Amino acid sequence: MHSQIAIRVGIAQKLLELAEANKDIVVVTSDARGSAAIEKFFERFPDRSIEVGIAEQTAVGVAAGLSLCGKKTFVFGPACFYSARSLEQVKNDVAYSGADVKIMAVSGGVSYGPLGSTHHSLHDIAVYRAIPNIAVILPSDAHQGAAVVQALLNINQPAYVRVGRNPVPLLYSQQEDSFTFGKANILKEGKDLAIMAAGEVSWHALEAGKILDSMGVKTTVIDIPCVKPLDAELILQVARSVGKIMVVEEHSIHGGLGEAVCSLLSKNYPVPVEIIAIPDEYPVTGTQSEVYSNYNLDYSGIAKRAQEFLRRIEIGKIHTRD
Amino acid sequence: MSAELKLKAIEIRKKLLSMIYKAKSGHTGGSLSCVDILVSLHYGVMRLNPKDPKWADRDRFILSKGHSVEAYYAVLADLGFFSETELETYCRFGSRLTGHPTTKVPGVEVNTGALGHGLAVGVGMALAGKIDKKDYKVFVLMGDGELGEGSVWEAAQVASHHKLDNLVAIVDRNRLQISGPTEEVLRLEDLQAKWTAFGWKVLRADGHDIDQLISLFKALPTVPQTPHLVIAQTIKGKGISFIENRKEWHHHVPNDDEYKRAMEELDEQIRELEKSCTHK
Ligand SMILES: [Mg+2]
Repeated sequence: MHSQIAIRVGIAQKLLELAEANKDIVVVTSDARGSAAIEKFFERFPDRSIEVGIAEQTAVGVAAGLSLCGKKTFVFGPACFYSARSLEQVKNDVAYSGADVKIMAVSGGVSYGPLGSTHHSLHDIAVYRAIPNIAVILPSDAHQGAAVVQALLNINQPAYVRVGRNPVPLLYSQQEDSFTFGKANILKEGKDLAIMAAGEVSWHALEAGKILDSMGVKTTVIDIPCVKPLDAELILQVARSVGKIMVVEEHSIHGGLGEAVCSLLSKNYPVPVEIIAIPDEYPVTGTQSEVYSNYNLDYSGIAKRAQEFLRRIEIGKIHTRD
Repeated sequence: MSAELKLKAIEIRKKLLSMIYKAKSGHTGGSLSCVDILVSLHYGVMRLNPKDPKWADRDRFILSKGHSVEAYYAVLADLGFFSETELETYCRFGSRLTGHPTTKVPGVEVNTGALGHGLAVGVGMALAGKIDKKDYKVFVLMGDGELGEGSVWEAAQVASHHKLDNLVAIVDRNRLQISGPTEEVLRLEDLQAKWTAFGWKVLRADGHDIDQLISLFKALPTVPQTPHLVIAQTIKGKGISFIENRKEWHHHVPNDDEYKRAMEELDEQIRELEKSCTHK
């Protein structure tokens, strides 16, 4: 019914295309050519493709060295390793040193599914948010992934880009206008409830919004690819106009987009917020979609949780501003 | 050349002690240990331009043992990367001269201090040189205790795999780390055999013999398509009798009396050096 494409594929294709003209682009990987879909880059640009073997710490250190010599360095590998094992290199060699490295973290969240929590990254947004001088970006489809790559080439700042592994539906009809650094995108507007999401759950958020609309709950749905820096202006504007917010994220309940939004709102314009995320536990075994379903991260779960949230407001268990 | 740089090394030792004494903070033993290596590289070997710290063709130096920062700042200031008077701000509130090197300081290539990071960054810089077909060299100075970090050995494998003959790693082999002798804390030997097995050409030098160090560094690479490791035999706390080979002096700060006696010893070394020069 929907055409599906893995975001990593959209990213790799875009980088391959851009590297023809931009000779500064260099790719570093840690035996992750296949999972990052960058085999073609290695074939086309062998001199600008660096393999370091299964050594994620060194991949990031090497990338920092390359960028400090003027390269636009993209490191490709699984998010689970690049958000834990090589975090010290990210903090010191990249972010603290100001090396213009882009960490392209593939197979993020629970997209490795039944492989288990060694291969999940549900803490990555939390840890990266706490490191100064590195942007945190979660593209929501292949078009936006490509747009992110293009945008990052013109931003001389480190970035962590987290994408999944599996083919996902296209949320945007084209690459153009799908991503502006630091900006969130309004996918639809409605007055009763705002749903905000980042990454691959954004598509589910939009579908849930449509389901709720058909049931008479008019929804606003916002895609927030840039978790840091956050589009404070748009989020506050939506908080003022809608007043009830749900945040959906493929991340731990701790430290992710949900808490980033809450932190912004509590300081500026507190309104009720319901966060749908992975609870503080190692998730149930299952495919990505089974895990989504288990924790209400898919569209039917989001729609169900939205109704419960609105019901609690209605019966006075949660108070809105007015 | 030799006497001039020997004098320079003593002056750097005086400066770094003064910085540590005034800041009441620093890593005395390791800084004194690597002064002659730093002086050899920066005054006798490396291609640098203090007026243009980002010059694309410069040789790169990474102080992977970032805690020896006082010696490094003293050298950079002496070379003119920033003013000598700024050394007075070392570790003071708001100063850019933090207790480990950062890129805010002209001449510093990367922020170090967490051990085991510098070699991988050096590999990246050496790879960039190869990609750009530039002939600069990359020098990475590591402590011997630092070799406990697994990331050093990851980077060592990557360097030889990629045939980085423009990369030179140096081990400041003073045989001490914070808790005691390296061979007691965690045995490092046989270092030469280990690095050779990792695909490196290993050379040895007296880490306090500036002439020897300079001619050795200038002759690199001795084997094509191979990264080189120089095991520089050194004395932790070198130059001051009561600091040499004492593990307590890893980050001990001299008190008034110790500072006075240390400076007297260094002044005496300067007088002896001058005497031997005039006699020749
Ligand atoms: Mg030592």
